[in-house]
Amino acid sequence: MKIAVCIKRVPDSETRVKIAADGKSLDEAGVKFILNPYDEFAVEEALRRKEQAGSGEVVVIALGPAAAQETIRTALAMGADRGILLQAQGLHPDGLETAKVLAAELKDSGFDLILFGKMAIDDSNHQVGPMVAELLDLPCVTTVAHLDIQGSRGTAEREIEGGVEVVEFPLPAVLTTDKGLNEPRYPALKGIMAAKKKPLDVKPTAPGPGALEVLGLAPPPERQAGKIVGDGAAAVPELVRMLREEAKVL
Amino acid sequence: MSNVLAVLEQRDGVLRKVSHEVVTGARRLADALGGGATVDAVVVAAGAVRGTDALGGFGADKVITLTNPAFSSYAPEGYARVLAERAKVGSYGAVVFAASATGKDLAPRVAARLDRPLVQEITDVSVVGGAVVAIRPVYAGKALLKLRITGTPAIVSLRPNVFTPVQRPKAGTAETVAIEGPAGRVVVKQIKAAPAGALDVAEAPIVVSGGRGLKEPANFKVLEELAAAFGGRAAVGASRAVVDAGWRPHADQVGQTGKTVSPTLYIAVGVSGAIQHLAGMRTSKVIVAINKDKDAPIFKVADYGIVGDLFEVVPKLTEEIKKLHA
Ligand SMILES: Cc1cc2nc3c(=O)[nH]c(=O)nc-3n(C[C@H](O)[C@H](O)[C@H](O)COP(=O)(O)OP(=O)(O)OC[C@H]3O[C@@H](n4cnc5c(N)ncnc54)[C@H](O)[C@@H]3O)c2cc1C
Ligand SMILES: Nc1ncnc2c1ncn2[C@@H]1O[C@H](COP(=O)(O)O)[C@@H](O)[C@H]1O
Repeated sequence: MKIAVCIKRVPDSETRVKIAADGKSLDEAGVKFILNPYDEFAVEEALRRKEQAGSGEVVVIALGPAAAQETIRTALAMGADRGILLQAQGLHPDGLETAKVLAAELKDSGFDLILFGKMAIDDSNHQVGPMVAELLDLPCVTTVAHLDIQGSRGTAEREIEGGVEVVEFPLPAVLTTDKGLNEPRYPALKGIMAAKKKPLDVKPTAPGPGALEVLGLAPPPERQAGKIVGDGAAAVPELVRMLREEAKVL
Repeated sequence: MSNVLAVLEQRDGVLRKVSHEVVTGARRLADALGGGATVDAVVVAAGAVRGTDALGGFGADKVITLTNPAFSSYAPEGYARVLAERAKVGSYGAVVFAASATGKDLAPRVAARLDRPLVQEITDVSVVGGAVVAIRPVYAGKALLKLRITGTPAIVSLRPNVFTPVQRPKAGTAETVAIEGPAGRVVVKQIKAAPAGALDVAEAPIVVSGGRGLKEPANFKVLEELAAAFGGRAAVGASRAVVDAGWRPHADQVGQTGKTVSPTLYIAVGVSGAIQHLAGMRTSKVIVAINKDKDAPIFKVADYGIVGDLFEVVPKLTEEIKKLHA
C-alpha cells in the first residue's frame, strides 16, 4: 500500500482570534500551530492500512510556510515514512489553488490511496480533497467515518442528514476523513526521535493568485448580552412568554 | 445577462426542504445582480421529482429536471459531470448549492470541473460593483471572512437554516431533460436511515442539546420529551463530551468537530459552552441556556438563560410547551 496524506498546519482550536493590522488576516503572534485534527485521522488511517498490508509507504505532503516542517515532523513521529513540504509564502483562501499545487505533486506518483481531512479547522473550506480528485480524475469519497478495503475495492460509510450512506469505490482513490474513523495515536518518544532522521523534502512552490479577493476579516457580531430570566423551574413560564412575545420563536 | 443556477437536492425522488433555501438564496442573488437575471433551479434525478412544482413560490423562474435512470441515488461523479455541463451551457453568473452533506461533497467537484473557486457555507451574499461578495465563518466561527469572487460563475454553498425561505411567487416553467452517460465509479449502495421521523440536528428548526450535565445516557429522555413537545420540529443534539463518552451518536454532535447548526431556537441544557461547542451553534437565531452554574460560558452567548437544575427546569418547560401546542 502506497499512501499519500495531505496535511495542513493550522492554528490550535483554542486560539483566541486576533485580527492583524491589515484587517484581512489572523495576527499570528503568540498563536500555537498544530496538525489539523482531521488530518490526524487521515495519517492514522494511512498507518493502519500500511501496517495491515505488511508493506508500503506513507508519504505526508503539506503546502505551507517553512514552519510547516514542524507539522510534517509530527506526522513522521506518528509513523509516516517521509514528508514533502511544498513551501510557499502565505496561504490563500482559494481552495482550488491549493488543490492544483497538491494535484501537481501527486500526479502519476502511483499512490493506492490519497487521504485528506474533511476540512481544515482554520478556513473550513471543505473542498481541497474532492477538488484534487477531480483534477487527477480519481474516484473520491468524502467525510469517511468507516472504511473497509478488500483488494482493489473499498466500501466507505459517510454521515448524511438523517442517515449513513454506504459507498463503494475502486482503488486508487481519494478519501477525506471524518471524526469517528479511528483514534489517532500519540507520537511516542521513540517516534519523535526517529522522525528527526526521516527524509523531508522541501520544494519551493508558488500557488496561483486564484479568483478570490479577501475584502476583510472581522469578529462575528457580538451576541446581545442575554438575560437571565430567573432561577429554577419557577422561571419557565416567563421564559416561554419571552420566547413567544419578544423573540417570536414559539 | 448573468442568470443564477440553483442546485436542488432530492432523495428517493422527493425534493429535500433545503432546496427552498437554495432557491431563496439564488433569487436574492439574481435580484442583486439585476438586469432581470433569472433563477434556473436544477435537480438531478432518476425521473420526476416530487415537490418541484412549489419552487416557483420561492422565486424560481424555471425548474430543470435532469434525468437518468442511473441517478436514483446520489452519484458524485455523474452528478458533478451533468451539473458542470449545465453550468457551462447556461453561462451562469452564479451557481448556488446547499452546504448540506451532499452539497458540500458535490460543489467542490463541480467547481474543479469549471476551474472556478468555491466559497462554501456562506452566511451572507451581496453584489458590489457587479461582483459577488460572500461572507463565511472561519476559525470555528470566531471570525467572518468577506470575499470578492472575480469572474463567473461565482460558486457558493449556503449554510443551512441561514437563508430562511421566503415566498416569492413567480410564474415558473418546467423542463425535463434526459441525460446520457454513466453514473461514475463511486456508487452509493445503500442509505442506512436513522430511526424514522428523526430530524437531523443540522436541519431542524429547533435543537435541544444536552451535555455532561445530564449525568447519564438514560437521562437524555428528558430532552427527547422536550423535543417531542415541539411536535416534530425539534432534534436532540449533544456536546462532544457526551458523544465521546458514548452516550449519544456522533451524528448528533454540535460543534467544531461535529455539526454546525443555525436553528431558529437552540436550547443548551447542561452544556458549559466551550469555545468548540459555540463554534457549532453561535449563529442560531435565539439561544436559550439552562445550567446550574450561573458563571457557565454558555450564558455569554445565550439570549435567555435559566440558572437551575435541569432536572427540575426541563420537565417544567416540556409541560409549558405542551400547553402551547394543546
Ligand atoms: C479539538 C477539539 C474539538 C472539540 N470539538 C467539540 C465539538 O465539536 N463539540 C463540543 O461540544 N465540544 C468539543 N470539544 C470539547 C469542548 O472543549 C468541551 O470539552 C465540551 O464541549 C464540554 O462538554 P459539556 O459542556 O457537555 O461538559 P462540561 O464542560 O462538563 O459541562 C457540563 C455543564 O453542565 C452543567 N450541569 C451539571 N449538572 C447540571 C444540572 N443538574 N443542571 C443544570 N446544569 C448542570 C455544569 O454546570 C456544566 O456547565 C472539542 C475540544 C477540542 C480540543
Ligand atoms: N495547505 C495544505 N497543505 C496540505 N494539505 C492541505 C492544505 N490545505 C488543505 N489541505 C488538505 O485538504 C483538507 C481539506 O482542507 P480545506 O478544504 O481547506 O478545508 C485538509 O484536511 C488537508 O488534508
